Amino acid sequence: MEELIRVENLQKVFGEKEVLRNIDLKILKGEIFAFIGPSGAGKTTLLRLLNFFEIPEKGNIRFRGMNSDIINIRRRMSLLFQTPAIFNNSVFENVAYGLKVRGIDKKIIDKKVGDALNIVGLPGIEKQNARTLSGGEAQRMAFARAIVYDPQVLLLDEPTANLDPANVMKIEEIIKRIRNERGTTIVLATHNIPQVRRIADRVGILLNGELIEVNSKVGIFSKPRDARSEAFINGEMIY
Amino acid sequence: MSSADFLIQGVIKALELIFSLNPYILSITGVSIQVSGTATILATLTAIPLAFAISFMHFRGKQGLITLVNTGMGLPPVFVGLFVFLMIVPVGPAGFLNIVYTRKAMILAQYILITPLITGISLSAIKAVPRSIIETVFTLGGTQKDAVIETLKEARFGIITAVLAGLGRALAEVGAILIVGGNIARTGSVGGIGEGLSETRTLTTAITSETSKGDISTSIALGFILICLVLGVNILANFFQRRE
Repeated sequence: MEELIRVENLQKVFGEKEVLRNIDLKILKGEIFAFIGPSGAGKTTLLRLLNFFEIPEKGNIRFRGMNSDIINIRRRMSLLFQTPAIFNNSVFENVAYGLKVRGIDKKIIDKKVGDALNIVGLPGIEKQNARTLSGGEAQRMAFARAIVYDPQVLLLDEPTANLDPANVMKIEEIIKRIRNERGTTIVLATHNIPQVRRIADRVGILLNGELIEVNSKVGIFSKPRDARSEAFINGEMIY
Repeated sequence: MSSADFLIQGVIKALELIFSLNPYILSITGVSIQVSGTATILATLTAIPLAFAISFMHFRGKQGLITLVNTGMGLPPVFVGLFVFLMIVPVGPAGFLNIVYTRKAMILAQYILITPLITGISLSAIKAVPRSIIETVFTLGGTQKDAVIETLKEARFGIITAVLAGLGRALAEVGAILIVGGNIARTGSVGGIGEGLSETRTLTTAITSETSKGDISTSIALGFILICLVLGVNILANFFQRRE
């Protein structure tokens, strides 16, 4: 599989605290890669770095070999936050946002917004004020907003953390569908181990800012290379 | 005549003056709205870009500018009036403008008075926009300009409230415009009261002069119009605050 993102010797520090250190990683085109680790392990910071939102103290990140022209790189990605920020506007305006800032033609916008809302199971609500949606609907609308411009990489930060089981299943179906139908690369940060079992292809375990193991899903759950990985997956308190 | 009768007669005469569209009262009201309205428009055109520049840009002296804005929000009007007067008198550094005792001088004084107020309240409204909204703009491929536009949309009710607060303060202000405008009306009375049509006389400055002359009914009429204007502005401001 083609390499899409390469991370080399990455370090990130906030104040006195070293949040990430010595991170080396490759993300492959079309895969679902999941970072797992406890709260505070550095998952969100790593996603923000991958989206060029933060500047690392050391190391570098390359997207298809590029690490300059950040706006251009970022326009090929989408980052979905744990709690999506909803613009005080209609569902249509929210979902269309990424297309409008790219100057896409109105007719194409209308069609793409409709398609994206269909994928997330929210057809026909274009005119509704987005801030009146329920938590699950808001998360799905944010998904539609993130995928409407066909990003090459979708970065997801705990996308189902605050949702009920029915909405968790819907979001997981959407993730798999986007990858299977559009070939979108998905990078997911979560501490939901059963979810990783259900949808990931490869897994990286982050503990205390260190990426202790990167392995296939089968490998990480059946034959982890690091004793700490095994302990974390088995739910033992090691942090 | 008791004090109650005195007041009631004053109110009745005031209502007659208002509803008969007395030219003296109308001209004063017109000058008030023209001066405060123009000052508010000019202050808004300065304050909103300034508030966005402070919120979104990094530059030297930013903290000093914020302190200046915060201090400016509580400036005493008479001090502003004195400062502007000293600048624009013929021997002052801006004496060449030749605007002392004109509406332009009054607009300048009110502009200095309310620009920090509109900037300060707009800054609070912009700061209240969640950081996640701005970050979402960037994650969706937006630029700094898109982030500013989205913030403006999110903070719009707070910014409208800031502008209305500035207008309210300008309309109710008396010290600065009295010093730089001189409270001038043309010679010769109109409509049987006061002096001639207003040149630089506003509702607030006219109330001081009419009261000192003992023309209580005219003062009440002017006060009633002033209260209606300020109340209207505040009702609008409250409406937008609730929307926010």
